[in-house]
Amino acid sequence: MVTTLKALGLTRLFGPNKAVNNVSFELSKGEVLGFLGPNGAGKSTTMRMLTGNLAPTEGQVEICGINIIEEPKLAKANIGYLPEMRPLYKEFRVNEFLKIAAKLHNIPAKKINSSIDIAMEKCGLTHMSNRLIENLSNGYQQRVGIAQAIIHNPEIVILDEPTVGLDPIQIREIRKLIKEIGKEHSVILSTHILPEVEIVCDRVQIIDKGNLVFHGSIDDLKQQRRGNKLLVGFKKAPTLKKLQSLFDVVKIEKQEDSLHVIQFKNLDFDMEKFIQVCVKEKLGLFQVSPHITSLEDTFVQLTNK
Amino acid sequence: MKMIINIASKEIKSFFVTPMGWIILALITAAFGTYYLEGVNSYFEVMSGAIRPAERVGVTIYVGQTVYGAAFFLMLFAVPLMSMRLISEERRQQTLPFLFSAPVSIVEIVLGKFFGLFAFLALMVVYIFLMLSTLNIWADIDFGYLFSNTFGLLLLVGSFAAIGIYFSSLTSQPIIAAILSFIFAFLLLGLESYFASQPNHWFHHVSLLKHFQTFSRGVISSKDIIYFLLFISTFIVLTIRRLDADRLRG
Repeated sequence: MVTTLKALGLTRLFGPNKAVNNVSFELSKGEVLGFLGPNGAGKSTTMRMLTGNLAPTEGQVEICGINIIEEPKLAKANIGYLPEMRPLYKEFRVNEFLKIAAKLHNIPAKKINSSIDIAMEKCGLTHMSNRLIENLSNGYQQRVGIAQAIIHNPEIVILDEPTVGLDPIQIREIRKLIKEIGKEHSVILSTHILPEVEIVCDRVQIIDKGNLVFHGSIDDLKQQRRGNKLLVGFKKAPTLKKLQSLFDVVKIEKQEDSLHVIQFKNLDFDMEKFIQVCVKEKLGLFQVSPHITSLEDTFVQLTNK
Repeated sequence: MKMIINIASKEIKSFFVTPMGWIILALITAAFGTYYLEGVNSYFEVMSGAIRPAERVGVTIYVGQTVYGAAFFLMLFAVPLMSMRLISEERRQQTLPFLFSAPVSIVEIVLGKFFGLFAFLALMVVYIFLMLSTLNIWADIDFGYLFSNTFGLLLLVGSFAAIGIYFSSLTSQPIIAAILSFIFAFLLLGLESYFASQPNHWFHHVSLLKHFQTFSRGVISSKDIIYFLLFISTFIVLTIRRLDADRLRG
């Protein structure tokens, strides 16, 4: 795996406030990293530091092995960035704007037109090429924003909340696009929409109050969610003592509609045996399903530590 | 260098994709045209009559003075209107990250924006020069005088543009940038008259008008060129520092 981006001990102070505190991580080629966190957690600040828009108080950023503070021009050539507020010159047409973006990113004159066409095609903008950006809908403006970030085919694409304000169809298309970009390049995206992370990302990073609270693959996050709980429907609920005499149960929690969450001691409890016993005991079993903590719950747990 | 041209061409384009650039060009053309016509008409009236031969002046100086005398005043209004959007509009629309994340240095951004505006202004200055050159069709005019005035006016609008870009970098409200740069440029031009009785006052050395007057007499002096170049570079450096502070302070 080729490391494309390396952040080492990134810290940023705004006056006395620590917006980002000692954040370190790495990103490999062909990876999509999801950046999660509540409002004001420091996601955007971190992204601004990664792209050279904000100088870190402490720490280093390396883009493809190039230090962004020492060699900003070389490093920035490898980044495509879409900030939260899309930086669009709205008085221009889509193709005019992309031409400016292409020129600023040093694309050779011969290749400018072809790279504009490719970027527009990838973002589904080809039929909007001659429209004024001002007159485009929110979703199409967002696509122009993404197009300007990928026009120079950068190694790393950094997208700050790319799916905000889009309709469900557009969101699906943008997610598909991000996955596609993620195959060849590295992508970092921040989002508020938790399921999005599971759909699009390979790795997740949760930041809270400037600190990195979770960092791992999407499977790690799923592991955290599954666990050893069952959601069981009993018509005649047994007591905890009775259950404990039958299985290795730690806890039973009553929920609405005679549903109960049963927490087992071990992860590899025998489901078949559990059902057989329940039927034998005539507890009025009508539903059994694994109890998955929602991503929201996991998120709340992690950020409330 | 290439990046400076790219950014400059973006600025020039954005003057012309909105009506702003065209309207200002039209107004300036109308204004200078009027002064030019006025100058030519009154030249015949004044020179044909009672004036003694020794007091007569050539047509270049007479019409030139009318037009260039108005030029610095018109530019005083026109330049802040054009410079106000350079950076403050980017702040307001939050488009600066677009430039900051591209492989372009802040120096290139500021110089690009400055030269973009300067090229647009130079277009007007050259246009005035061409207009006055038409006098040559029926008279034998003094091109040296025109060159010196054109050169001086270029340096003067360059100074206005440098003031404008600096004040534009301070605020996210274009109109405030315009007002501030107008007031500042106006003080540097207008305060002159208050110190007229004290010819050795220090203010005469920093006054833009004083240095411009040398050129308008037809004299190209290195002292004044250096003054204008220093003036322009000072404000460009201040602008660069202001934008760099954005990155450092956030």
